[in-house]
Amino acid sequence: MTMRKPTTRRMFSRARPARAASALLACLAAMLTAGAAFAVEPDEILPDPALEARARAISSELRCLVCQNQSIDDSNAPLARDLRLLVRERLKAGDSDGQVLRFVEDRYGEFVLLRPPLSWHTLLLWIAPVLALIIAVWATARAWRRRQAVASAPSQAAEPLTSDEEDRLREILAENEGEPPIRD
Amino acid sequence: MVVELGHFALVLALLVAIFQMVVPAYGARTNDDRLMAVGEPAALCQLGLLIVAFLSLTIAYVTSDFSVANVVANSHSTKPLLYRISGVWGNHEGSMVLWVLILALFGAAVAAFGRNLPPTLKANVLAVQASIAVAFMLFILLTSNPFLRLDPPPADGNGLNPILQDPALAFHPPFLYAGYVGFSIAYSFAIAALIDGRIDAAWARWVRPWTLAAWMCLTLGIAMGSWWAYYELGWGGWWFWDPVENASFMPWLAGTALLHSALVMEKRDALKVWTVLLAILTFSLSLMGTFLVRSGILTSVHAFAVDPQRGVFVLAIMTLFTGGGLALYALRARDLRQGGIFAPISREGSLVLNNILLTTACATVFIGTLYPLALESLTGDKISVGPPYFDWTFGPLMVPLLLALPFGPLLAWKRGDVLGAAQRLAFAALLAIIVMVGTLAVLQRGPWLAPFGIAIGVFVMAGAVTDLASRVRLGSVPLGDAARRLVNLPRSAIGTALAHFGVGMLVVGVVSTSAYREEKILVMKPGEVVSIAGYDITFRGVAPRTGPNYREEVAVFDAARGGTQVSHLEPSRRIYDMPPEPTTEAGIHPGWRGDLYVVLGDAQTAGGYAVRVYFNPFVRFIWLGAVVMFIAGAISLSDRRLRVGAPGRARRVVAAPAE
Repeated sequence: MTMRKPTTRRMFSRARPARAASALLACLAAMLTAGAAFAVEPDEILPDPALEARARAISSELRCLVCQNQSIDDSNAPLARDLRLLVRERLKAGDSDGQVLRFVEDRYGEFVLLRPPLSWHTLLLWIAPVLALIIAVWATARAWRRRQAVASAPSQAAEPLTSDEEDRLREILAENEGEPPIRD
Repeated sequence: MVVELGHFALVLALLVAIFQMVVPAYGARTNDDRLMAVGEPAALCQLGLLIVAFLSLTIAYVTSDFSVANVVANSHSTKPLLYRISGVWGNHEGSMVLWVLILALFGAAVAAFGRNLPPTLKANVLAVQASIAVAFMLFILLTSNPFLRLDPPPADGNGLNPILQDPALAFHPPFLYAGYVGFSIAYSFAIAALIDGRIDAAWARWVRPWTLAAWMCLTLGIAMGSWWAYYELGWGGWWFWDPVENASFMPWLAGTALLHSALVMEKRDALKVWTVLLAILTFSLSLMGTFLVRSGILTSVHAFAVDPQRGVFVLAIMTLFTGGGLALYALRARDLRQGGIFAPISREGSLVLNNILLTTACATVFIGTLYPLALESLTGDKISVGPPYFDWTFGPLMVPLLLALPFGPLLAWKRGDVLGAAQRLAFAALLAIIVMVGTLAVLQRGPWLAPFGIAIGVFVMAGAVTDLASRVRLGSVPLGDAARRLVNLPRSAIGTALAHFGVGMLVVGVVSTSAYREEKILVMKPGEVVSIAGYDITFRGVAPRTGPNYREEVAVFDAARGGTQVSHLEPSRRIYDMPPEPTTEAGIHPGWRGDLYVVLGDAQTAGGYAVRVYFNPFVRFIWLGAVVMFIAGAISLSDRRLRVGAPGRARRVVAAPAE
């Protein structure tokens, strides 16, 4: 469950089990652990700031495979460090951002990409937001048109109030007297 | 003995809940007043028993009773008192007891304050509320009993994970649960309305304050978790689109939509059917959040398959209440009478747009969270859906929502004047454009979209101020009159403007800290200085220190601006005694302009320490915005119009002969 490596001092990958809804995860958190937090180490940083910025951007797109939902940019697991160094090596060798991502994907599989590429099995994932929006707008338009149709039909007169309800109404009106009318 | 008492009280509470589920509902069906009336004392009795159960578990924790398995697993005798208490809900079993306690609290509140509710509606609401309680109490007793003893008891416990030993996190679960569980009231009312087959504006008037209260708690709960992650996890992140976060964010999005649609229903008697559906969906998402986190399915689909007992139970609960609710909705929704028509450009229209965009956003988070799970269990393919996906999908949905937001409150009900609203917003828009151009001119770095994002936040904030200003006719009446008008404004109007202002603050905080964060990662030796965002930070050295239940290495930094010292920062690395685990404590200097954030890393073999220094501009606006939203909710709740359930008023109504 945990990524224990008893021989090293920093035994744990810094799992981020609990974050915002962490209460719910408290039991999980008991199994995973938060270790000393340090992701990108000073010695990893490339001298060229432009190249380093690209490396950071790519790192945030790659998943640390032994952590729970962390990018290699955030993780201090040894594997994440290896991947960060690999990314920087490829960049130094002159790869484009896309080539670096493909290089890592070829070795570790699609799971490593935090932004899944569009393919047949992620099609639904990517079109879902648009689809949801279209459905919502369509359903609203349909309901609205139907309401208009009902409203333009001769309206039934409201049922008269019962004597109980009239008493109640008088009481409420009396209660509100002297207060400024509620306006919105 | 105390623990057995608690166990017994829980079983008794289950029996009472079964009674409360069956009898009032049967009474409502047969129109028997006496049977319906038992719902009320039953709800209060159930609450009393659950308080006993919860307190007895708390006593076991506070006194460190290590003959209780749950206490052994999650507590330790040297733990500070606050964390011994928060340890009660810092684990699966205890947190479920808190869950049902809050559920009973809401149910009892309906029983106690709902004296002017129609009796059948009230009986049905209490019965539905009890049915949820029955399901979860069975879950606790059958799969997650916190009252089990150990024989022989160990000498001491295993302790609570040190990253959870934190004040913000101690109170984060109760708020989060109050939010989750509070939506159960909206659900129970929706189901009761469907059973009754009738629904009116009074229904919305009843549901809205409860939804608002739940939404406030959820907002604050999520913000606390985010704040904790920011200072505790050691690299200044505050939101990660983690499935666990999404599990709490989905009910929040749906709950926000519900709050707005209930407003239309209350004021204009429209959107009834939709509001009922939204009430069902919001609580279903809360249940789903509970399922996602409680079943362990998030860690891996396989972990779930290995020990499915709890997961399957919660899944069954979720299916029952979601499926049952939706089935009832499908059967009965067409019986609900629709009312109130409106033009597309109107206050109602703007609230419909709000609902379209919020539900779409919620659906997006839903798909993004569940898609990898579904894909893996169906095809075995493993994919990751991380922050980049949500940035690309959720972000664009928020832009039109935020741009339209200031218009909504300025439009009239039924038929609005969008040009008039635009004229009134001209000043807000101008301010936003000035800020955008100013940001571009001064910073000249970061993503090109960022100034636009900040401008949107400013527009929302200025729009909220415009809303209030136009309500008090600032500028067209003397200042004194305007001030008097402000005092006389309905509190809900003030709450609306303030909440929207909070949203604007949050947007400004999110965009500026994401786009303009500064970072230095370096090796520092004592005496060395690093400059960031106008601060000069001197590293003084590292010293050991001992805390109540941890040892730590503390680094000392002095931060100066323009030669004068402004702050003394002490980031540290801790090792807790029990369990012996390391944590990182960041050194933070908060400020309006932004936070200085320093983290201590490893000692380097060549001498010196690895150090990370960040400047997070306007990051506090994120949580301040959430706090402002919470306060806005509280102000709105104090509105006379919403205090239908206030005890004093309720009593008068009962005394009235017309009832």
